[in-house]
Amino acid sequence: MFRVNAKRNGNHNKQNNDHINGYVVQLHQVFKTYESAAGRFTALKGIDLCIHPGEFVSIIGKSGSGKSTLINMITGIDRPTSGEVWVAGTALHTLSEEQIAIWRGRSIGIIFQFFQLLPTLTAIENLLLAMDYGQHYPMRERPERALQLLQQMGMAEYAHHLPKALSGGQQQRVAIARALANSPLLLVADEPTGNLDWKTANQVFSLFEALAKEGMTIVMVTHDNDLARRAFRTVALADGRIVGEYTNHTPQHLCKNIGNATHVPNVAIPPSASEAVR
Amino acid sequence: MKTNHLQLQSPLIRLRQVVKKYNGIAGEVTALKGINLELHSGEFIVITGKSGAGKTTLINMITGLDRLTSGEIWVEDVPVHQLNPEQAARWRGRHIGVVFQSFELLPTLTLVQNVMLPMDFARQGTLKERRERAMFLLEQMGIAEHAHKPPSAISGGQQQRVAIARAMANDPPILAADEPTGSLDSVTADSVLQVFEHLAANGKTVIVVTHDEDTARIASRHIVLADGEMIREAEDGK
Repeated sequence: MFRVNAKRNGNHNKQNNDHINGYVVQLHQVFKTYESAAGRFTALKGIDLCIHPGEFVSIIGKSGSGKSTLINMITGIDRPTSGEVWVAGTALHTLSEEQIAIWRGRSIGIIFQFFQLLPTLTAIENLLLAMDYGQHYPMRERPERALQLLQQMGMAEYAHHLPKALSGGQQQRVAIARALANSPLLLVADEPTGNLDWKTANQVFSLFEALAKEGMTIVMVTHDNDLARRAFRTVALADGRIVGEYTNHTPQHLCKNIGNATHVPNVAIPPSASEAVR
Repeated sequence: MKTNHLQLQSPLIRLRQVVKKYNGIAGEVTALKGINLELHSGEFIVITGKSGAGKTTLINMITGLDRLTSGEIWVEDVPVHQLNPEQAARWRGRHIGVVFQSFELLPTLTLVQNVMLPMDFARQGTLKERRERAMFLLEQMGIAEHAHKPPSAISGGQQQRVAIARAMANDPPILAADEPTGSLDSVTADSVLQVFEHLAANGKTVIVVTHDEDTARIASRHIVLADGEMIREAEDGK
């Protein structure tokens, strides 16, 4: 049903997000343990996390703190050892890997540090392929929508270029356009600026800010605490646990949504916290 | 012997005076300085050379992933040098499978879906046929049991096998690989090279670019590049 909505008004926060208490993401007591030759390693130790529709949440933490594992739980790329993962109304912990892959293509957009565009296809073909998998838009509407998204990211003139002919920042713009191709309920970005110089990182981050302003729900892992602070809320991880949550600012349009439902203190992320996770 | 027989046929790939120049910050760089080369069907060609010798540029010319500055490249009767990026993508989809150093599997798809990609792109067969062929290829690579996992759940060597399966999806006559073992340890690298050997033995034309001279021992033809020129050529490895 929300597909029709999404198509008609193209507005993501109007989509049907009011499943389980109105959260887009809900993690309940999520544990993840890896077994290897070197023994057992617990990457996540009982994570509880809720994200409202329209929120822009940054996740910070040292390498090895569990950031990537946490994000892999939300995208369904990895599965919890125990606990519950609800994303966009779907109980991921109950699905098979194949079911998750189908769900993922239709419900969420993912952006990676190294862009992960297919090197043998042009920019626009990379988007069209994602749309093939999502099956969200009818075939005849896809080329126009793909071009629109590239335009939105300032990449229309490069639509017919191969990824290797583009700079890192340009490739990431194409990757963001691809992530948006199927009108996802949630964007998940894993160090999206980690492979870019400072200036380009700033430009790419601004694109996420613009999407958040339009109501897109975004979860982003980042090493850069200055960028992290520009998200609405920051979650700090250490040693597989959430060690701090900071509301940086709450945009007007979210106040009603969030109300008193969150226990998050309305304070800016203190310098000590960013030090702690450096 | 085998090579002599093959050379009686007309070449599968022909490069005529291929020149590639790049404009960098440091001025113009000539990566390829007039390459003439004929590759025959069923050959296993290994191209070696130091970093900067022009190996990657050369293979990108053959796969149509980059365009030459002057000269001609013919694969069968297709003038690859005249194709625009989209025409090249479509042509490549059916005629050349490409394998990269860093595997380049899509992390959001399962392994079987990754193998299905080129068939989806070429609209080859029904969905059921694509899935069956993808499973068959994964089986050949010994990865079938992992078919529904994401790439992050398997090792580098396994990911490269999946990438080879993907390259073979549309059963192209040519397989081109740029440093396919560059991210793998030596034991895993050997097992991946064996897969190429097997494919060459079964009639595929295999082109492997590598900085590892040792790889040449399994090739039917060894081409050495330096500074944008072919400096040496040997048949049957060496």
